[in-house]
Amino acid sequence: MSGSGRPGFLASFQHLDATLDAIKGLRKEGFRDITAYAPFPEHHIEEALGYGKSPVRVFTLTGGLVGAAAGFAFPAFTSLDWPLVTGGKPILSMPAYVVIAFEMTILLGVLFTVIGLFINMKFPHLKPIVIYDPEFTADRFGIYVGAADEERLAEARKIVDACRPDRVQEDPEGLHHG
Amino acid sequence: MATVAETDRGAQTHPDVQSYGEVNEDVLQILGRPGKWWWFLFALSALGVGVFAFSWGYQLVYGLGVTGLNSPVGWGVYITTFVFWVGIAHSGTLISAILFLFRARWRQSIYRAAEAMTVFAVMTAGLFPLIHLGRAWHAYWLFPYPNERLLWPNFRSPLVWDVFAVTTYFTLSAIFFYLGSIPDLAAARDRAKGLWKRFYTFVALGWRGTDREWHHFGKAYLFLAALATPLVLSVHSVVSWDFAMAIVPGWHATIFAPYFVAGAIFSGVAMVITLSVPLRKIFGLEKYLTVRHFDAMAKLCLVTGLIVFWAYLVEFFMAWYSGEDPERRVFWNRVWGHYWWSTWIMLICNGFIPILLWFKRVRHSIAALFTVSLFINIGMWFERYTIIVTSLSHEFMPFAWNVYRPSLTEMGIILGSFAWFAFWFLLFIRVLPPVAISELKEVLPPPMRGKPKEEGGR
Repeated sequence: MSGSGRPGFLASFQHLDATLDAIKGLRKEGFRDITAYAPFPEHHIEEALGYGKSPVRVFTLTGGLVGAAAGFAFPAFTSLDWPLVTGGKPILSMPAYVVIAFEMTILLGVLFTVIGLFINMKFPHLKPIVIYDPEFTADRFGIYVGAADEERLAEARKIVDACRPDRVQEDPEGLHHG
Repeated sequence: MATVAETDRGAQTHPDVQSYGEVNEDVLQILGRPGKWWWFLFALSALGVGVFAFSWGYQLVYGLGVTGLNSPVGWGVYITTFVFWVGIAHSGTLISAILFLFRARWRQSIYRAAEAMTVFAVMTAGLFPLIHLGRAWHAYWLFPYPNERLLWPNFRSPLVWDVFAVTTYFTLSAIFFYLGSIPDLAAARDRAKGLWKRFYTFVALGWRGTDREWHHFGKAYLFLAALATPLVLSVHSVVSWDFAMAIVPGWHATIFAPYFVAGAIFSGVAMVITLSVPLRKIFGLEKYLTVRHFDAMAKLCLVTGLIVFWAYLVEFFMAWYSGEDPERRVFWNRVWGHYWWSTWIMLICNGFIPILLWFKRVRHSIAALFTVSLFINIGMWFERYTIIVTSLSHEFMPFAWNVYRPSLTEMGIILGSFAWFAFWFLLFIRVLPPVAISELKEVLPPPMRGKPKEEGGR
């Protein structure tokens, strides 16, 4: 994401291949402060930006394991807390607890996944949205580039302009408009 | 850098959709003007919810005596309807999660409506154990909490498993539904005005569609789908064990879990067809819900319907083959006894009518498919009625045999539950985009500029 106060610009594209070319060109020249916008999940953009595996999976695994452990431990604890023999069955009836453990595995796996997702996405984003174009949820792809100084930004601008964006917004954060 | 061009986007899934912008246009216009049909149906369902509230209120005041429930039939239409709605819910998760894992390209345009159906069907189903309890204000006793005498529920009981299964199912399906909607809510936000804009801004939680958001979102969605898949199979298995763990003749069968899961998906897909036909017609979504989609759903119906019919036949065979007298008598009684009509409705609607789906002409005719789906919905309700009521009314002791008749209050609640479901579903169509805007774009061919020769060398 952009560091506030850094100069940057927001370009929007109609075509996917042009967007990808711009991202790859920027990456090649060493620009790292790039945010790409897309109206739908586009794996090629993620590939171009060099994403690896998402850490969300660690949350899912943790949640599942905690759920499984709790799903066995809780029925076991309650059965031992108030032992009640029914039909001569053992107090610790593990096969019956498998169902509870299974459901708890899924429940906590899901809840942890959502927590992990929100942490990793920095979500919810409750501040007013800046550096954005409403068209990004319709039919436009976007690239925001931030750079350390104006000179470097001009370089980035040259690379992006070569890919012929439909529109470029200078200073999308509105920093220099007072 | 020929990275994108070679990917096989299913352009043939929606041949009439030209651009991404068109998807937003077509889907979001539904939110703006619902039309007179919507208002008519909404008023009707609100009236039905009134009937529901009145009937339940009457039962709360006067007690369970106002129902037809008595010894030996302690489970009547309430549990029937509970199982029916839980079953309906299943196909939503099937379409959104299992078909997602299988990368089925026809799921995109129907899955949002199917997921909504799941959430509302579980909401409806979840009311029935409470209604059936009689003293609904003690419903929290179902949950294991440290009460003053430190008594805990019996975890060996399938009814306690049910609490865990249904609660987990509702939580997961609601999360899955809402999370999947967030990008589309952002799309609605970006077009809405006034109060609606404030509403969508709030529920979209600041979604912008950045690479970081999509990256983690995609992965999390995959994990949720992977968790939902075993869950959906487990929930109706657990519901079936409510019956199969008891020794009641006609219930105590190992076939119950797969039999119920297949039946759930069968009825659920039929319900998706029932709901999506008018949705398509009223809101002009023919471009998105094409004949190809209905064909795929009909095939799903056909497969699961055959499994269900096979299970019926196996049940009868096993009753005969077991050599157990009570078991044999229950099944004889099902077909020729007091409840013969219920059993025959079940056999005809679920066993024989779906045979029509073998014919391509039926699968490709929306009207025919709609009719078949209505029959399946009816048949699947009567299947649960047959299983529950005929078995209980005809258990081991001949002197205890008795006939159960649902009372007017019960009928009011059952009819009202359909209105309650319709009420939420109609609200959903009005407030949330009923077709998944962002996911639909995944199966459209992406706009490409193409590469002019002189620039290609870079």
